[in-house]
Amino acid sequence: MTVLTVDTNAEVMTMVITAEFTNSIADVWQLWADPRLLERWWGPPGFPATFERHDLTPGGTITYFMTGPDGGERFDGTWTVVEVDAPTRLVVEDAIVDDDGTPSDGNSMTRLEIDIHAVGGATRMVLTTHFDSLEGMEQAIAAGVADGMQACMSQMDALLSEDTA
Amino acid sequence: MVGLFYNYMVVRPAVPDQGTDRLFFALSDATRRDIVTQTLDRPRSVSDLGRMYPMSLTAVQKHVEVLVDAGLVSKHRSGREQLVHGEVDRLRRVHELLDELETVWRARLERFDDVLHETTRKGIQ
Repeated sequence: MTVLTVDTNAEVMTMVITAEFTNSIADVWQLWADPRLLERWWGPPGFPATFERHDLTPGGTITYFMTGPDGGERFDGTWTVVEVDAPTRLVVEDAIVDDDGTPSDGNSMTRLEIDIHAVGGATRMVLTTHFDSLEGMEQAIAAGVADGMQACMSQMDALLSEDTA
Repeated sequence: MVGLFYNYMVVRPAVPDQGTDRLFFALSDATRRDIVTQTLDRPRSVSDLGRMYPMSLTAVQKHVEVLVDAGLVSKHRSGREQLVHGEVDRLRRVHELLDELETVWRARLERFDDVLHETTRKGIQ
């Protein structure tokens, strides 16, 4: 896998990432289409994701949650499926949710477009993320940096136990 | 380690978000985006801005008001002129968040690739 380009545009709050894989289009699609595979890479290490609903039809709902190792920290996500054209295109909108999984403001949305296509003998995946608010961006980052937090905690624990040993 | 903590520190503090919807609305228009760009380097008077776009001064004033509400520009009186300044900090914040998001997605794509290789090897399709 190679990340070919990352284009960000602050004025319209958009990020476009293009990655290339040696696997087939079908293989790449499967990682979005199969919730058991999706949950193996979506959540950061130490915060595994569990996809509860995964209705991959237009208007369908995808819900997931991630919990920390002690079960104390929980992150909920809800996506609405906007477009599906298997195995090449998927568009979801990500509602900002509170701890109980309900949209916190009802209209702050993040849109994720996934386009998968063949280029030469390789498969390219283009991810376009559009935000309509700073809050949406922070939420998206919070969902992904749990690994950073977790890695820090573990390292701190290790350091602390060394000090007291 | 420092970088990871940086992420954590930046993400957690609550941002005053009353303006997020207004922010999106403000940035959804090409003229308004241009006004922000034009006023980042140096302030411009409302009347200067009025001459830059093929629309009435009133229309430009309305655009400026939307941007003020969203916190993207501020207005200051200077003599008889109303000067419009682009709010650099606000856009800088968006840049910061996009940088962090890039880090998140790069890590996520590494995991994506790991799973891709595992499933392909095992022939799970």
